[in-house]
Amino acid sequence: MHITVEFGGGAELLFDNKKSHDVTLPEKDKEWIIKDLLIWIKDNLLKERPELFLQDESVRPGILVLINDADWELMDTVNYVIQENDRILFISTLHGG
Amino acid sequence: MSNLEIKTLEAEIAALERTLDEKKFRLQQLKSEHVSCPYSDVLSSEEIVRYSRQIIMPQICKSGQIKLKESKILIVGAGGLGCPASLYLAAAGVGEIHIVDYDEVELSNLHRQILHYEHDIGLPKVQSASEKLKRLNSNIKIVPLHIHAFSSITDFVQKNKYDAVLDCTDNAPTRYLLNDICVIHNIPLVSGSALQMEGQLTVYHYNNGPCYRCLFPKPPPAHTVTNCGDGGVLGSVCGVIGVLQALETVKILTQMEGVLSGRLLIFDGSETTFRNVKLRQRVTTCEVCGDNPKIKEPVDYEQFCGARAHDKVVNINILESEENVTVEQLRGVLDGNNIVIDVRSELEFDMCRLPNTVNLPYAKIRDNKSLGELEGLVKRAREGNKNVYLLCRRGNDSQRATSYLRQNFSNTSVRFWNVKGGLHAYSKSIDPTFPVY
Repeated sequence: MHITVEFGGGAELLFDNKKSHDVTLPEKDKEWIIKDLLIWIKDNLLKERPELFLQDESVRPGILVLINDADWELMDTVNYVIQENDRILFISTLHGG
Repeated sequence: MSNLEIKTLEAEIAALERTLDEKKFRLQQLKSEHVSCPYSDVLSSEEIVRYSRQIIMPQICKSGQIKLKESKILIVGAGGLGCPASLYLAAAGVGEIHIVDYDEVELSNLHRQILHYEHDIGLPKVQSASEKLKRLNSNIKIVPLHIHAFSSITDFVQKNKYDAVLDCTDNAPTRYLLNDICVIHNIPLVSGSALQMEGQLTVYHYNNGPCYRCLFPKPPPAHTVTNCGDGGVLGSVCGVIGVLQALETVKILTQMEGVLSGRLLIFDGSETTFRNVKLRQRVTTCEVCGDNPKIKEPVDYEQFCGARAHDKVVNINILESEENVTVEQLRGVLDGNNIVIDVRSELEFDMCRLPNTVNLPYAKIRDNKSLGELEGLVKRAREGNKNVYLLCRRGNDSQRATSYLRQNFSNTSVRFWNVKGGLHAYSKSIDPTFPVY
């Protein structure tokens, strides 16, 4: 299944400074949910310092997850069932001014 | 020409400029003293001409202009966001603008904080900003508040019935504080932020939309927050977000539709893209804006965030005193016969550096990415019977690097020294021409 995983607001620094990743998720028996994707990202894209991205099986405080430009809170958060060609954005909130 | 002569001239010019500004301001006041217009009922002739280009728009019209004139707003932060935001709001004729900031103008502010000029360096930012805004529009009231947003802002919000608050601050604790105060006093909060090439914008607690706590019930871990002083920011990126904060404020004050509530605008200047994403609704269990709020007055936000309410670096002290050398001692070892490792980022090292130093960024050392290079340097030091000195901008990362080297090279005879106070101390005590940034 093909999806686009994006990072912004500084979260991309954990992923070789690359903001957009074309990802093909391997076939599996059950549907892919966001919880599975977080583990997949940890194992495949995030090579170090996972604590800056993940905390307690979710994203760490201060990172918003947007599925096709909508807050994941509107779509069942970690349990959202990922669809073909979804765009999933992880954006770190900025504080500077 | 001597430094003294330069300083004297600068002071004289600044004093003359202030006198000139005062006289110009007084003249403007006398000229524009409210003259009622026989051809209109509420606005003066001067106001009609000044604001005509927005009054003749159906979205603003006369009633909108009157609403702006009767509005009172609070802008927190007279920096990269607060300067452009206040400039447009003063120009648009918002009747009363209160600006809060505790800092003084520094040279490194001028690239983005566009209300401050060279001769303002050292002045309180709110003084510098309010002088410019008064010169732009003498019809409105500008109130500079030279206070720390953290200490006394609650009192000001309680006393003044603000129609909107603009969050133009630079740190997480103050953002939570402003959010809670605005929810408690039922004021919309126009929130902007910027870093490097990116900006974010939204309006909290407006029209049943979410507040900051609905989105971020838990604060970010302090070590994940980057400030402008460390991460850098492009001035025009701040400008984009600050101007958009002014736009949203005008829409709120004139009760226009389409306010950016329940949505987040993400600006990426590197691609020039604006992304407008849909946010959750107000969370009914939110601790401050929910149906049964727990927070009914401000709490301890520094403790909540585990961070201080400013974007200044807090200095650490993790080494024993015998592990430190002074910058005076450093001066004696910059002859190329010793090994001095500058652990700042490559970009900072490229910008300015001391002679005969090598660059190994602490971020790479910390992630064990520099072990090979460090082994080489330690070997060179051992063979040449040399010491290794660790240096950085303020003397914090160099302590961490010294500690790392002592742990990872505990078997060597080579000694590792931290340069106390770093390049800031070097500039202060040895050579003031080394730039303090």
